Amino acid sequence: MIRYIIRRLLWVCVTLLLITFLTYMIFFVMPPTRPEVNFAGKQPTPELIAEVKKQFGLDKPVIYQYGLFVKRIFLGDEYGWPGLGFSFTSRSELKPIIYERFLVTLQLALGAAILWLMVGIPIGILSALRPRSVFDRAAMGFALFGVSTPVFFLGPVLLYIFWFNLGWLPGTGFYPIGKYGLSEWFLHMIMPWSVLALAFAAFYARMTRGNLIEAMGEDYIRTARAKGLSERRVVMKHGLRASLTPIVTILGLDLGGLIGGALITETVFNLPGLGSYAVKSVFSGDLYAILDVTIIASFFITFANLLVDIIYAFLDPRVRYT
Amino acid sequence: MAEPLLEVRNLKVHFPTDDGLVKAVDGLTFQVMPGETLGVVGESGSGKSVSFLTVMGLITRKQAIIEGEVIFQGQDLLQIPTDEMRHIRGAKISMIFQDPMTSLHPFYKVGVQISEAIRAHQKISKKEARDQAVEMLRRVGISKPDERADQYPHEFSGGMRQRAMIAMALSLNPDLLIADEPTTALDVTVQAQILDIIDRLREEFNASVVIITHDLGVVAEHCDHLQVMYAGKIVEYGTADDIYYRPHHPYAWGLLGSITRVDEEHKERLHPIQGLPPSLIFVPPGCAFNPRCPYVFDKCRVDVPELLPSDGHHAAACHLPLADKERIFAEEVAARS
Repeated sequence: MIRYIIRRLLWVCVTLLLITFLTYMIFFVMPPTRPEVNFAGKQPTPELIAEVKKQFGLDKPVIYQYGLFVKRIFLGDEYGWPGLGFSFTSRSELKPIIYERFLVTLQLALGAAILWLMVGIPIGILSALRPRSVFDRAAMGFALFGVSTPVFFLGPVLLYIFWFNLGWLPGTGFYPIGKYGLSEWFLHMIMPWSVLALAFAAFYARMTRGNLIEAMGEDYIRTARAKGLSERRVVMKHGLRASLTPIVTILGLDLGGLIGGALITETVFNLPGLGSYAVKSVFSGDLYAILDVTIIASFFITFANLLVDIIYAFLDPRVRYT
Repeated sequence: MAEPLLEVRNLKVHFPTDDGLVKAVDGLTFQVMPGETLGVVGESGSGKSVSFLTVMGLITRKQAIIEGEVIFQGQDLLQIPTDEMRHIRGAKISMIFQDPMTSLHPFYKVGVQISEAIRAHQKISKKEARDQAVEMLRRVGISKPDERADQYPHEFSGGMRQRAMIAMALSLNPDLLIADEPTTALDVTVQAQILDIIDRLREEFNASVVIITHDLGVVAEHCDHLQVMYAGKIVEYGTADDIYYRPHHPYAWGLLGSITRVDEEHKERLHPIQGLPPSLIFVPPGCAFNPRCPYVFDKCRVDVPELLPSDGHHAAACHLPLADKERIFAEEVAARS
């Protein structure tokens, strides 16, 4: 198992190197290919442009810049470890910015995850236990709605209803607990959590339903009933236990993906997270900001992949890695 | 005459489907006496598994239309509430199934699955239940039972898994054990071992056993009585000797005649039973076997034959007169096989 983990970690590194390399290449191929001009201010003189170029380290060959970047990630730069560089737009170090944004995205992702698990899985279970009933059809209808409705549509609709019309919930923006208290933070997070969670809840409900229906048709369920166990125990301890394993796996992957990927929700609700920062940086051509977000997102996704594989081996005793 | 342990009277189990009503069991009447082993033989679709799943309450009125009576120790199991039935299932009547690999939960240790069965019916501690589980594993012939109890089903061999299933089924000392194709999924060499274990434990636990199988060889040595089922009904009943040496039903003749023997030269082609197994939705009128019977005559297509005793307890459901049956068997069937 340890050998397997080490092998996988090496692959994580290889993947990250490849991704960052590609990102570098894309940046220098696509416009604007002269960031030093963009960031030198209005009507820059050639001297100023050269100065900015030097400041950003853009006067060196691209490959050299890339090599330097990789070295700094592992060994740190003048701002600390890991070496996340500095931003072209704000001319300040990136590490604190990235860190703050990461925390916001984390709060969004975890809150949404808790919500979608609490809603999706019970609905899936109840649907599976009463297939083709009114409840089941309604639940799967809701699921279809949930996976089909885009966030950029649902978000503004909810804002319109609950904030603009009814005034029950506050508007967009992020209000950190430390500064504004629990209540303010929570009220501002409800809608983004709900919007983000809806599609996942729907998907998880469908998946739970499918897995549980399949598990309940297995022979060991018949054995469990033949032993005289209560139906509740048969469903929860035998059926559910078998059907939750793939769900845990998917949960890990979904969470990993959300770290860099919740950008539409963040934009609609004006939450200063990593996703919206990525968008901002791409449009302004802020190379190191783009790279940093890319690295963090890629790292979480690949690491989540590894983590869920390991967890799976613990959940399913038949799986053993060498 | 002793009281039967289990008495089934005119059991009917019909499944409504989109294609029609599937008459899986259509008027089944039989008894299981205390301490005996009953063999239930028939091809796939004869209703042998469905009838016992219904006895166990694993097929309920939610899934099928059920008529008739299932009298066990004075109670009609089809009438008692599901909670009461749950207490009987596993404790008084147990069942083991065909494929032990898929019948055991892959994620739980074997010892845990056995303890779970025990604790579902008795208020004892986990440790006590585990001790009992280990003891049961030992009794079914699993070596190092203490270690094995902490292993998962996929770490057991096929024969061991089936032994573990038997251990689980007998852990509460039931009065009746139903074994549904217990050896079908196992190697031939292991089959004999499992059947011997079942025999031995039947005596040790003083239980009755029902062995459901399609394999005539399996029942030959291990069953006191046999019932042959076809299309949801019993077509012949008797001791193993009756069925093997003096069968009185064309279906039984067909079954015996279609067995190949290792110790004979094969001069002729095999003699399968002509025709196909019947549709359980559109059951042939009269005797369900009539489309396939080489000795069919007009009455067979109209009247359903009753299971009538010919001598002692040996009974067959066939319109042929007894003398004809004996002659046909002696001249044609026995000569051929």
